[in-house]
Amino acid sequence: MPVRAGTSVTGRTKRENEKVAAPKKGRQGTQGRPGRTLALILIAIVALTGGMFASGHTTPRLGIDLAGGTSITLQAKNEPGQKNAINPTNMNTAVDIMNRRVNGLGVTEAEVQTQGESNIIVNIPKGTNSEQAREQVGTTAKLYFRPVLTTEVSGGDPAASPSPSASSSASTGSDKDSDKDKATDKATSPSTTPSATSSTQGRAVTDALKADPTPSGSGSPSSSPSASPSASTDPATAKLQAQYTALDCSKKTARAKAGDGVKAGDPTVACGQNSQGQWQKYILGPAEVEGTDVDKASALFDTQGAAGWKVTMDFTSKGAKKFASITGKLAQNQSPQNQFAIVLDGEVVSDPFVSQALTGGSAEISGSFKQQEAEDLANMLSYGALPLTFTEASVTTVTAALGGEQLEAGLIAGAIGLALVIIYLVAYYRGLSLIAIASLLVSAVMTYVIMALLGPTIGFALNLPAVCGAIVAIGITADSFIVFFERIRDEIREGRTLRPAVERGWPRARRTILVSDFVSFLAAAVLFVVTVGKVQGFAFTLGLTTLLDVVVVFFFTKPLMTILARKKFFAEGHSWSGLDPKRLGVEPPLRRTRRVSAPVDTKEA
Amino acid sequence: MSKLGTLGARLHRGEIGYDFVGKRKIWYGVSILITITAIVGLAVRGLNMGIEFQGGAVFTTEKTSISVSQSETYAEEASGHDAIVQKLGNGGLRIQIAGIDTGKSDQIKQELAKDLKVDAEKINADLVGPSWGDQIANKAWQGLAIFMVLVVIYLAIAFEWRMAAAALVALIHDITITVGIYALVGFEVTPGTVIGLLTILGYSLYDTVVVFDSLKEQTKDITKQTRWTYSEIADRSINGTLVRSINTTVVALLPVGGLLFIGGGVLGAGMLNDISLSLFVGLAAGAYSSIFIATPLVADLKEREPQMKALRKRVLAKRAAAAAKGESLEAPVVDERYDEDDREDDDATPAVVGPRAQRAQPSSRGRGRGRPSGKRR
Repeated sequence: MPVRAGTSVTGRTKRENEKVAAPKKGRQGTQGRPGRTLALILIAIVALTGGMFASGHTTPRLGIDLAGGTSITLQAKNEPGQKNAINPTNMNTAVDIMNRRVNGLGVTEAEVQTQGESNIIVNIPKGTNSEQAREQVGTTAKLYFRPVLTTEVSGGDPAASPSPSASSSASTGSDKDSDKDKATDKATSPSTTPSATSSTQGRAVTDALKADPTPSGSGSPSSSPSASPSASTDPATAKLQAQYTALDCSKKTARAKAGDGVKAGDPTVACGQNSQGQWQKYILGPAEVEGTDVDKASALFDTQGAAGWKVTMDFTSKGAKKFASITGKLAQNQSPQNQFAIVLDGEVVSDPFVSQALTGGSAEISGSFKQQEAEDLANMLSYGALPLTFTEASVTTVTAALGGEQLEAGLIAGAIGLALVIIYLVAYYRGLSLIAIASLLVSAVMTYVIMALLGPTIGFALNLPAVCGAIVAIGITADSFIVFFERIRDEIREGRTLRPAVERGWPRARRTILVSDFVSFLAAAVLFVVTVGKVQGFAFTLGLTTLLDVVVVFFFTKPLMTILARKKFFAEGHSWSGLDPKRLGVEPPLRRTRRVSAPVDTKEA
Repeated sequence: MSKLGTLGARLHRGEIGYDFVGKRKIWYGVSILITITAIVGLAVRGLNMGIEFQGGAVFTTEKTSISVSQSETYAEEASGHDAIVQKLGNGGLRIQIAGIDTGKSDQIKQELAKDLKVDAEKINADLVGPSWGDQIANKAWQGLAIFMVLVVIYLAIAFEWRMAAAALVALIHDITITVGIYALVGFEVTPGTVIGLLTILGYSLYDTVVVFDSLKEQTKDITKQTRWTYSEIADRSINGTLVRSINTTVVALLPVGGLLFIGGGVLGAGMLNDISLSLFVGLAAGAYSSIFIATPLVADLKEREPQMKALRKRVLAKRAAAAAKGESLEAPVVDERYDEDDREDDDATPAVVGPRAQRAQPSSRGRGRGRPSGKRR
């Protein structure tokens, strides 16, 4: 901690102060310009409050227990070939994954629980984008990297056959359950560049796009594939071939059925959209890399290419090896068999091709994602695929889990408690309590405003435990003032006058406050990083109030104290100031001897 | 107040004070007793886990005109557990009740149907799983463990390992007591309770650290004097921060007490009870343990150090000598001094740098200042 020049007061200055209680101009700068600090924090508060009103969110978002919200019931779907898939283990895994997806940052206060044997209820608080939340929890997010065996444009308008220069692989639909409007919606950005680049090898893959792997399809569903799967003799392949021939990807129902219930190790048929918004159908080989091989995924904006938002994936070391091997194999093939398809929930979202083995351990999915879509997809990929497929059984609003009268009772009780605190402070600290109450007020305003602002920005929602936590925070915040005040009083008891007492008491109080707040903050930080769900939300509140405590004490209480110490009322120890030496039990004669004998210096902690 | 202020002054000067360290055995005993009661309560009665942890039954009704709070009362009467009632978009109710098996759920369904005046056939009963999955609970434990390790390391560096150990003991003491009271009272453990417990965790340590900080400051130059033993100084530092401790505790407990007694008791808000009880008990235990348990424990540990043993011997010898002479303690005595700056980190082999004359302190006793600390620098 830096030693502040002005905090050291010699015995002589002290005597002067004793006589002249009014502030001296020369000393102002030495006390850290309290006025300026005070002005700064007040400006900050005004700015924050202004921001709050400007943003239009003048109340913190309330959690589901206080404000109610939307309840989504998801029903696990039985898939053919996986008879006993709906079991408690899988359901619990699904709940965990949904919890992570919907609680991303941990402050949204969403609840996920099982109901009965095959249902999952997701409760999201009012004010959350429920549409987005529904997609977040409902999407299975099974991700496979499969080699493309053959592909062609499927169904749709024959007139809109792709031009030779069109790239083959732009992908769009990230969600097969979502509606057909995607086709038109997404196709607005035809310039999408597909790529699967390793981070080290740059954009090698995209270069290969000049070659057109797309067979200039006739658009008729019955057209024969230009490249037939190699082993066309065995019945399974023949069946696949027949499926492929019959597949009309322009039909939603057909799309939904394509590749249903196929195991990862089997070849399959699938649909995907190209950059023209046309549906393309594929025969895909067995999955070579799976979603579980993805370590983490993130959304980022491609500033160089025209791809816009894309999702990059980092593989685990095992996944990276697999990915390098599949890309190495594919690179030797002819188009379209040098492509691999990134298949998400049975739909091809991207089918870039490869000119060499990609060993960088990462891949990316590009498509004309909007920012939100890219972020959601990255979020889903990061937390893994659901072990089951779910359909939405019902969506309904629910009222607050705690009746309105509970919140009301809580608020009344809290207000009474606060009033008692103020009465106690006034009774004990008298004039000093003004500083404490003002500081508490500033702290409360800042907490409220920041919480209100965090609602729209990171989805922070306040629930009843958090409100109670904030009430306990009153104690911790007030403690900082009490530590400071007691220090000052101790110094006065040792015979100092107020101003030196403040300057001398502060460094010691400051150390105590920092050390103890650090412990609180450590608790908050560890819990926030390690835990999930509501505990994380709590840790966030705790950390926030602790930080605010330090800010308020340093930038409000201390400067205010310094300024008020110059006022006659406090400096002369008026009997109502809370600093009356007589009331503090100072014995005057001792003061005199003490003053002469001991030079006052500030001890830095 | 003036009396309190004077009290503060006298505490500060060490004129009066409670012998916390000297009477520590009594308080250890009290704490052990409470802790044992808590553990027995926990073992015998167990915790009443809420629906968020163990799941339960959910009843969905058709459109009904009964109010949410009314049906909550009915549901709690029918089941004997806390119920969570929510009104659905279609006007129906969703009633969740913890800890119910299939057999009992039918019976409750009948009762609910009677109370809510709806056809029992139209109430849909189902079992719900916990919304606080194992993962959340496990992660919370994991976080707790990591935090404790980190905080012990931090306290060991910022203070010393003895204080870290004592703080940890105090922390475990507080949490055991709070959990024990939960078992004894039989309130349902909800996420609110867990969050209350975590708040206590932070608060208890916070409170202990404030007291330790003062202790550290006062014992800084302890080996440079022979007037007080470590325990006595520990006692003084507790007494010195006593006013602060009392004030802080009162200020923290008042709002929580308001929630508990007025909100939960008078206004009858059930869920508030869960949270504020754990907070109230925990805060009180935290304040108690930092004074009565943590600091005496540090003193106990410290007194085992060879240096502190030597100090105690010197102090006692000096007092005996003074008593024999019948003179004041301020008779010129040559103080010994350990010239080891960071002895708190390194408690091995105190290096005696020989007797060194030190300023006698004729005035300090008159003012009763129990601060042999670095103030004279």
